[in-house]
Amino acid sequence: MVYIVGLLAAVLLVLTLVVLNRMSVFTKGFASNQDADTPGMANKINAALLPIVFLLGSVAGVWSFIEAAPKFLPAPSSEHGVHTDSMFWWFMAIVTTAFFLTSVLLFVFAFKYQYDPKRRATFYPVNHRLELAWTVIPAIVMAIMVFMGWRVWRDITSEAPADAYVIEVTGKQFNWIARYPGMDDNKLGSYNYKLIDATNEVGIDMTDENSFDDVISNTLYIPKGVPVLLKIRARDVLHSVFLPHLRVKMDAVPGMPTKFWFKATKTTDEMKAETNDPKFEYRLNCTEICGQGHFSMKMNVVVLEEEDFQAWLKTQKSFLATNASYLDRVPARLKAKAMKYTESGSEEETPEGGEAPADSTASASAATASLR
Amino acid sequence: MATAALTHDAHSHEHEHHEHHEQNFIQKYVFSEDHKMIAKQYLVTGIIWAFIGGLLSILFRLQLGFPDMKLDGLRWLLGEWINPEGKLESEFYLALVTMHGTIMVFFVLTAGLSGTFSNFLIPLQIGARDMASGFLNMLSYWFFLVASVIMLCSLFISTGPAAGGWVIYPPLSAIPTASNGSGMGMSLWLVAMALFIVSQLMGGLNYVTTIINLRTRGLSFSKLPLTIWSFFLTAVLGILSFPVLLSAALLLIFDRNFGTSFYISEIYIGGEALPQQGGSAILFQHLFWFLGHPEVYIVLLPALGITSEVIATNARKPIFGYRAMIGSMLGITLLAFIVWAHHMFVTGMNPFLGSVFMFLTLIIAVPSAVKGFNYITTLWKGNIVFTPAMLFSIGLVSLFIAGGVTGIILGNAALDIQLHDTYFVVAHFHLVMGSASFFGLMAGVYHWFPKMYGRMMNNTLGYIHFWLSFIGVFCVFFPMHYIGIAGFPRRYYSFSTYDMTNSFADLNQFISVAAIITFAAQGLFAWNFFYSIFRGKKSVQNPWRSTTLEWTTPVVVGHGNWEGPIPAVYRWPYDYSKPGAVEDFIPQTVPFSSTPESNLPEENEQIALEKTIEELHPYQKEVSAKSGGH
Repeated sequence: MVYIVGLLAAVLLVLTLVVLNRMSVFTKGFASNQDADTPGMANKINAALLPIVFLLGSVAGVWSFIEAAPKFLPAPSSEHGVHTDSMFWWFMAIVTTAFFLTSVLLFVFAFKYQYDPKRRATFYPVNHRLELAWTVIPAIVMAIMVFMGWRVWRDITSEAPADAYVIEVTGKQFNWIARYPGMDDNKLGSYNYKLIDATNEVGIDMTDENSFDDVISNTLYIPKGVPVLLKIRARDVLHSVFLPHLRVKMDAVPGMPTKFWFKATKTTDEMKAETNDPKFEYRLNCTEICGQGHFSMKMNVVVLEEEDFQAWLKTQKSFLATNASYLDRVPARLKAKAMKYTESGSEEETPEGGEAPADSTASASAATASLR
Repeated sequence: MATAALTHDAHSHEHEHHEHHEQNFIQKYVFSEDHKMIAKQYLVTGIIWAFIGGLLSILFRLQLGFPDMKLDGLRWLLGEWINPEGKLESEFYLALVTMHGTIMVFFVLTAGLSGTFSNFLIPLQIGARDMASGFLNMLSYWFFLVASVIMLCSLFISTGPAAGGWVIYPPLSAIPTASNGSGMGMSLWLVAMALFIVSQLMGGLNYVTTIINLRTRGLSFSKLPLTIWSFFLTAVLGILSFPVLLSAALLLIFDRNFGTSFYISEIYIGGEALPQQGGSAILFQHLFWFLGHPEVYIVLLPALGITSEVIATNARKPIFGYRAMIGSMLGITLLAFIVWAHHMFVTGMNPFLGSVFMFLTLIIAVPSAVKGFNYITTLWKGNIVFTPAMLFSIGLVSLFIAGGVTGIILGNAALDIQLHDTYFVVAHFHLVMGSASFFGLMAGVYHWFPKMYGRMMNNTLGYIHFWLSFIGVFCVFFPMHYIGIAGFPRRYYSFSTYDMTNSFADLNQFISVAAIITFAAQGLFAWNFFYSIFRGKKSVQNPWRSTTLEWTTPVVVGHGNWEGPIPAVYRWPYDYSKPGAVEDFIPQTVPFSSTPESNLPEENEQIALEKTIEELHPYQKEVSAKSGGH
């Protein structure tokens, strides 16, 4: 490949030199017939090239748009996404029209009013009515656009409905971790970043009884048709939750939980059918630069019908169930309740993560190293 | 020719008058206090930086366009940043992106553009012998150069330069263990930027002071060329916003080195929980963008000012709506300070603030639109001479429109949710801010080269340079909109983990090839520039038949700019193709009393005022007596 680029560069260089040589001969030929200071043939060539290049550019623009359009994201799979997408394309149509109108004027004027020794430019320094018009008209258009945008923004960022299903997503270098409130209490347990260790990656606080049934998952399962409230956290540096198909984006900030709520409208299977792509997967990407693995920091996302989602959740063991050693952290008064989630109870041997966070340094860095 | 010889004689006389002794090489070319030499120093340093910044972008475009390419051939340059498989290290990719942004925004388009033309044109166009403080001006350049050297050094250290994006958001930039680039590279970045800011402040204070105090007789603010207005407002923007970046950088240095927690809170990294709590990463973003957004106009306004001047001169027409142009620049300057948080719609900032900033942001589109319309109307019924400078100015207007319209989309918080940090943003700001400002810089160089070096640049090379750049820039940045609409995030080393692995592979290849060609085309400019300094055709005094003051100086301008007294100014700078006038331009130094054939009714009334302007003469005498009297 490097040879191809090298070859291309060489060809380009030769071409440039040839053109250069030609052009200088060309302009010299004309220059000799004229006063050196008055614009000659070169002026005409440049004047003609402006609209020609604009025309060719427009054709290329339209053609490339038609070529690229099939690769754009499929129709949005969230309720608010439908609004933002239609607004996007409407506004794009408006600004593209404005772009073409002004560009046509720019390039046509440039061509039409090129230098002509027989003519003199029109002394036309000001026209207040014209200026007023093109101040007021954009202002009105802008005001309408802002108002429309604001209404959609207000709805999207409004408080999540009280019955919204809460899922916590935590970003760390360089992967994502989802936490579900579990089947029993439907409440996420509290957390503390100081409790994080190699096993307890999001720092679940076992002194909170709501934590006992919390489920950890490396794939983000989302129920369709119900409002979902993502509670977003970061462990180390900034990350950003980006669900392109669902038109969701929100930064993950260490020390400052953020949130975004939405309603998914199509399951993964429905999208497979719609896009005619059996390999279709929803995904969550990181869109805030977070270090060397930024580009690969993604999470698989599965949207399920609500009953399938519930069924999936039922099959999941809670964090406490899979890591029984964390029973040690449970205060005595809640032990009995916590024991329900672990079959073997606290007798199980304690892995390294069961101790204070400081002791887990070695294993945590080993885990980080293996990720790199 | 006769006048040139005459002025030359007068010039050497004036030279003796102003100088106590001949300047030696060091005084003249190195530690110069002459605004023209400092401008050239800024320009040459800026050009060198532009090539370095451009080269970095080519390196990462190779990775993006040709992800499978073996880059072993670049090992002599990049050493271990090319991994054993012959590929660019992903960490170094981020360093390249970061340094490309930093260099282009600050070292090329701020220092290279504003530093060059503010220094060069302010004294020449307002009729001053030099800047208010030549010494401070010299210091400004040298601080910039020291900052440049430190920034350049950071490219070569073993852990690599800063790699957190040009916005250096903490905690990534605050915690050395988070990334290689957050170690020594980040420290050097911060030191270099702190020095850079000091340099900008010294420059900016000088520009403002000079414009307010040293205008020549008769040159009121309402007769200033739009270039000066733009430099003035740019300097004001810089003076008010750069200190905020400095404070942001200082707090970051505290967090990095002294264990404070301004920006960091509740972090678990490298297997341990950090003790800091209560800081806010969002605070940094507010501080950063409080400079960061005005910065956009710091690089853009001078380019727009230059364009106004070049378009009026070469369309042989007054700039349309002179007062509206000033008004819109004032509006942009004011609004530039209150739109910063539109960079932060999805950072977790309160959505109500998002609404407020959306309103404010879209207001700024109105003065921008006015400027666009005014440029187009200036071309209408003109008599256009396509010099390379004029082509670059028209190119700027086109880029300004193309990139500007997508700003209306991105300024809409609801739409920004999807587009934020995708290639759509990259396309937008490279067109409207990067390329447009770069075209303004080029227009300025081509236009004022004769004044800088007394020689002309080659037009043919200039034309080829323009066309390759203009077509190239659109080929590079226009397709990026598509990639953004398709949902591809920016600052991604590779899209191999994306499910649509190869969907835009061909487009990325196209962009990379276009970028290489556009970059190569800049070689034509470099050749033309440096060759013409020494071998270019000798210029005449006023090659573009322009009205402004700088063209009344001798072809080769000496220290002190004018021989004898500084000319007085009687009219605005845009009397092109005035009905009744003999020539199609009337310089600002021509009084209305000598042009009765072309005066407008209200201008005839001003003839009476010319006496007052004449009476200012003694003051001017006093100044020259002072400087000559030692």
